[in-house]
Amino acid sequence: MLPFTVYFSPDVFFPQNYPLYIRSVPSQNELKFHYTVHTSLDVVEEKVSAVGKSLADQRELYLGLLYPTEDYKVYGYVTNSKVKFVIVVDSSNTSLRDNEIRSMFRKLHNSFTDVMCNPFYNPGDPILSKAFNGIVSGMMVQTS
Amino acid sequence: MDQESAAASGGSLISLTDHEQRFYSGLHALCQADAPGKLSSGKVAELFKASQLPPEALHKVTEVCGAKHLGYFGTAQFYIALKLLAAAQSGLPIRLESVSGNLPLPRFAGLKNEPESRHAAAPPGADPQGSAPGSVARNPADRSTFRHLEASAEKKEPWSPPRSPCSSPPRSPLAYRGYPYSKQRNGVDAQIPYDNKPSSRPGAQLEQHSSPSRYVSKPAVEHPAMARASSTERLNQQATMNYSDDDPWRMTAEQLEYYTNQFKSLQPDLGALILGAVAKNFFTKSKLPIPELSHIWELSDVDRDGALTFTEFCIAFHLIVARKNGYPLPESLPPTLQPGFSQREEEQIPDTPEDPSGIGRLEPSVATRKQDLQGESLKQDTSVKRLASSREKSTLQLGAFPERPEPHLELDPQMRTKTRQRSYSSTSIEDAIKKAEEPPTPPPRPQKTHSRASSLDLNKLFQQGAPGVKSGWLLPPALPPRPPTSQVPHFLNVSEQASQAKVQQPNFADFSHFREEEESSVKLEEQGPSSRFGLSSEDLTSASKQDVSGTPHSQAPQKPIRRKYHPESQNLETGPPPPPPPAMPFPPPAKPSQKLLSRQKREIQMAIRKNRETNAVLRRLNSELQQQLKVVHKERVTLESQLELLRPLAST
Repeated sequence: MLPFTVYFSPDVFFPQNYPLYIRSVPSQNELKFHYTVHTSLDVVEEKVSAVGKSLADQRELYLGLLYPTEDYKVYGYVTNSKVKFVIVVDSSNTSLRDNEIRSMFRKLHNSFTDVMCNPFYNPGDPILSKAFNGIVSGMMVQTS
Repeated sequence: MDQESAAASGGSLISLTDHEQRFYSGLHALCQADAPGKLSSGKVAELFKASQLPPEALHKVTEVCGAKHLGYFGTAQFYIALKLLAAAQSGLPIRLESVSGNLPLPRFAGLKNEPESRHAAAPPGADPQGSAPGSVARNPADRSTFRHLEASAEKKEPWSPPRSPCSSPPRSPLAYRGYPYSKQRNGVDAQIPYDNKPSSRPGAQLEQHSSPSRYVSKPAVEHPAMARASSTERLNQQATMNYSDDDPWRMTAEQLEYYTNQFKSLQPDLGALILGAVAKNFFTKSKLPIPELSHIWELSDVDRDGALTFTEFCIAFHLIVARKNGYPLPESLPPTLQPGFSQREEEQIPDTPEDPSGIGRLEPSVATRKQDLQGESLKQDTSVKRLASSREKSTLQLGAFPERPEPHLELDPQMRTKTRQRSYSSTSIEDAIKKAEEPPTPPPRPQKTHSRASSLDLNKLFQQGAPGVKSGWLLPPALPPRPPTSQVPHFLNVSEQASQAKVQQPNFADFSHFREEEESSVKLEEQGPSSRFGLSSEDLTSASKQDVSGTPHSQAPQKPIRRKYHPESQNLETGPPPPPPPAMPFPPPAKPSQKLLSRQKREIQMAIRKNRETNAVLRRLNSELQQQLKVVHKERVTLESQLELLRPLAST
């Protein structure tokens, strides 16, 4: 089973870092993933602020492995509008390479852009788009 | 009172046209229950809900028709209620007066059987082919059954026409189509069973729409209502007449025309885009819930640019219309609604109405379906190619997604067959950011900064260098570092020894001679102060005044200097003496042997070179000594001032 959480939080509203969307494949540990993702936000912030001096570089949107724990690895990605994506992957699933994670983030970013393009979507709302759900499910199924 | 008028209106006040009479009686029969004369309120409520009016309107209707007062729906109330529903759907106020007007039939989105059959038929667009031949098969069956049930035609027929045949521009072409369609049914009888067929077909309401026209067989009656100005909602309801097929997801020409008009009202140029915000306002008027509108948008915005082209707008509008009529939204865009299809649709539609041949209407529709599928596949191929190219474009644009083309092509074809071009017409944040991402060359990585303290950062070191270190570093690299203070006496001794050695050296005379030579020569003037200074330092040390703390510092460099000087002096000693001796003996001895001359030349050259070296050294030495001199002067001044301070104390 592949625990897999996707989590977005906009930093546009600075003090808030609330999730726009959380999804995980095995739902029994969901709370644990919530916790993990929240803690990983700190790492993301640190990385973002460290790189913040230079211009926003596309390559730096992908933050890479935030930190590995004993059970799982956490990957981060931040968009130009400071929306953060976090993927938590089971460590036992070693077949996932960095490139695959990157492509997953790219897909997420594209889908997220599509959601944003929808004029009926207000930024900051929870993402309810079925298309987005579909993409995320597809990704999770693909990796599990 | 109202109830009396309502009771009276049962026959007199309201004048029902013929078909209205039938319709209402049919509905009445539908809702018949419980006691005679009283209609089952549940079924009435269902019927009212099917009219798709807002609940407050329904309440008003109930109130006005008198049923509320009565507590039940009598026939009269029912008829009045139906009339009021029709009025409400026409946009007229719900009042008794409006009942008397010449109203269309009230429209019901789905009568009892309709919703079930509709929902049972899954996404209507998912089963277009199955339903079409199936409906053909059912048609003769219905025909036969209908003949048997002709007696109950009264009851059945009203079921079929949930749509009012009037007051819609799309309707007339529908009626027009109804005739060739019915002709294709080979017989007038076919018209009627065709009415019954809708119950088993998803596109029921659409055919039912045509049925009243046929039933009346007087399309002229319904024509007068054509030119009615319509609210968006009503037209939405009536625009679902997908006559060409049972498929509600197919747009008809009149619908297209209507959409075109609406598009023009928003944006005069058909080729231009409607911005997302504008479209949002417009579609919000349809009063669909926002999540559904959001979903519709996702389905219809094919190129994902946050704005609607004309085609996309038509798709969106059509989906809204379908939704308003109760069709569940599909998860993905039905093939008949995809943008490539609508053009095909336009090609087909002009053909079919003019095709009164014996070929069943379904056949061209099936053929069109096949062609559409082929067209769709072609379109998909081209769109995939376009997609690939646009992906490449987008990769170039976005610059930082180098691996997109392949993985995305493998993804959900439904979504991905739409070209994904990031146009600049959107106003979303993300797109603006994507534009900012376009410059592919990243800024050069910072190189100069040290993230961690670098101990080998010489610049910092030089900046932070202590004066001692500084002076030590700044000293000519040729000079060794400053020796510790302990070496000072040694140095002094050395200097003394050196001087003594110099004195004791057999070259003493040379030394003095050298000194004289030095003092005489301009270059060697610095030696004087240095040597004097060395002597003075000796004096000072002998006086054991150690507050010349600067002197060790100053002596230290002298040591090497001295050391250097020593060999220099030695060199010099050796240097000048040989030149002087050769110089001296040069003039007197008149031994101008060639060998001697060359040797002397060589020696002179060597001496010159050495002199030059010593010149450089001495110049450096001079500058340093000047600095040290200044320091010492300052110290002297301070000492003298201290002395003067102390003197009065000492004196007293």
